[in-house]
Amino acid sequence: MIKHETIEKNAGLMAVLIIIVISAGGLAEIVPLFFKDSTTQPIENMRTYTALELEGRDIYIREGCHVCHTQMIRPFRAETERYGHFSTANEHVWEHPFLWGSKRTGPDLARVGGRYSDDWQRAHLYNPRDVVPTSKMPSYPWLFDNVLTGDQTARKMEVLRTLGVPYTDEQIATAQEDVRGRTEVDAVVAYLQALGRTHTNYDVR
Amino acid sequence: MSAFWSAWVTVLTLGVIFGCLWLLLATRKGEPHKGLTEETVGHSFDGIEELDNPMPKWWLQMFIVTVVFGLVYLLLYPGLGNFKGLLGWTSAGQWEEEMAYAEQHYAPVFQRFAELSVEELQDNPEGLQVGQRLFANNCSVCHGVGGVGFHGFPNLSNNDWLWGGSEDAIKHSIYHGRNGAMPAWADVLGEDGIRDMTHYVLALSNREHDAESAERAQPQYASLCAACHMPDGTGMYALGAPDLTNDIWLYGGSFEQIAHTLRHGRFGVMPAFSSLLSEDQIHLVTAYVMSLNND
Repeated sequence: MIKHETIEKNAGLMAVLIIIVISAGGLAEIVPLFFKDSTTQPIENMRTYTALELEGRDIYIREGCHVCHTQMIRPFRAETERYGHFSTANEHVWEHPFLWGSKRTGPDLARVGGRYSDDWQRAHLYNPRDVVPTSKMPSYPWLFDNVLTGDQTARKMEVLRTLGVPYTDEQIATAQEDVRGRTEVDAVVAYLQALGRTHTNYDVR
Repeated sequence: MSAFWSAWVTVLTLGVIFGCLWLLLATRKGEPHKGLTEETVGHSFDGIEELDNPMPKWWLQMFIVTVVFGLVYLLLYPGLGNFKGLLGWTSAGQWEEEMAYAEQHYAPVFQRFAELSVEELQDNPEGLQVGQRLFANNCSVCHGVGGVGFHGFPNLSNNDWLWGGSEDAIKHSIYHGRNGAMPAWADVLGEDGIRDMTHYVLALSNREHDAESAERAQPQYASLCAACHMPDGTGMYALGAPDLTNDIWLYGGSFEQIAHTLRHGRFGVMPAFSSLLSEDQIHLVTAYVMSLNND
């Protein structure tokens, strides 16, 4: 029987024992999820993000949109009435990294695609108060000036493919020309319009 | 979850609980002394020693209560692999219950309004208020509070309609959305043609214009524009072509703004709401939108 004193006087042994104890939660709660169909198989007929949407997603991350907007509709009536069907794990299997977020200063965006017109999204990104007078969202006018080169787009898609996102050779081959010359706001709006619109399983009210 | 992973979760979870319990009991010292002991655990650091009293009874009992709580919880709720728990609770099931409860309570309210026509609802303040709330939540971000509109987003309170103001037309707009398509004419008309046509459009709404310039655009208006905007410029609901004679402008009515529209076209989009609002809710929103045009 190991004595208290033995553990307390051996930092290495204590570290090992601590790791064993605290990993129990992760081993029971997280590890099995890597082997479950409902968390590893994409929802039926889901499409991948296009090259432009993918660039928009990266700008969404760069601008920190996920700091104030979640993409995770919880199974409560108050949320599903406002945002649509609750989010499910199989909608997010191609998200690297996922953008569920943890704080809602602004509304959830998991199914914002198609809810507003492109014109509205552009006006709103340029200056939110032009369309929502009480909004406290920052303005993003530089998105209208910055032009994408698409130099990295194909590479990003290749990396995502190694992570299991089924990008085709054709998508990767045309990625740069799909993106080059478009403004950042084009990409962000394309991404926002794709949110919740990459499959149709939850479209019926 | 496969049987292996189910067993994995079960064994780990119960193992941790019983492991903690074993650790607690195995290292427990005997019954607490009546008084506190003078016995130390044996070490001394800079002259500071630690007394070797047993853990207080209340603390020990609290620990055992948490273990019992954990086991009861795992018996009632899903936590051990594929075991569903005796209550059969799921988060989706709880959501369905919530929805069913709301349906049971609110359906009769909406039902009552659904039985009234939109005309009858105009005299029903309660129904209009529900419609107003729905409008504020879903529509006002584009159409503004009270439906007054915004540059590029139609005013719904001025009795001027792009796609028609009848009950059917408004409901169609809400259900299925609308896609406006004003083509770009820069390549067809050229810069001079754009200038002339802008004067022609200004003339249609009886505003200050260059009559000679407008005259020159007449044949092209007839061949290019009249198909949608009608020969007299009063527009067409079926295509969402605006009336050009009433001096109401969705994208601004200045010379420059009209020229811009002619050059680059306009593609206004009204999103479809059939997946967000129920039929009865759309009925009330329609009544509210119509009420904005009553005076």
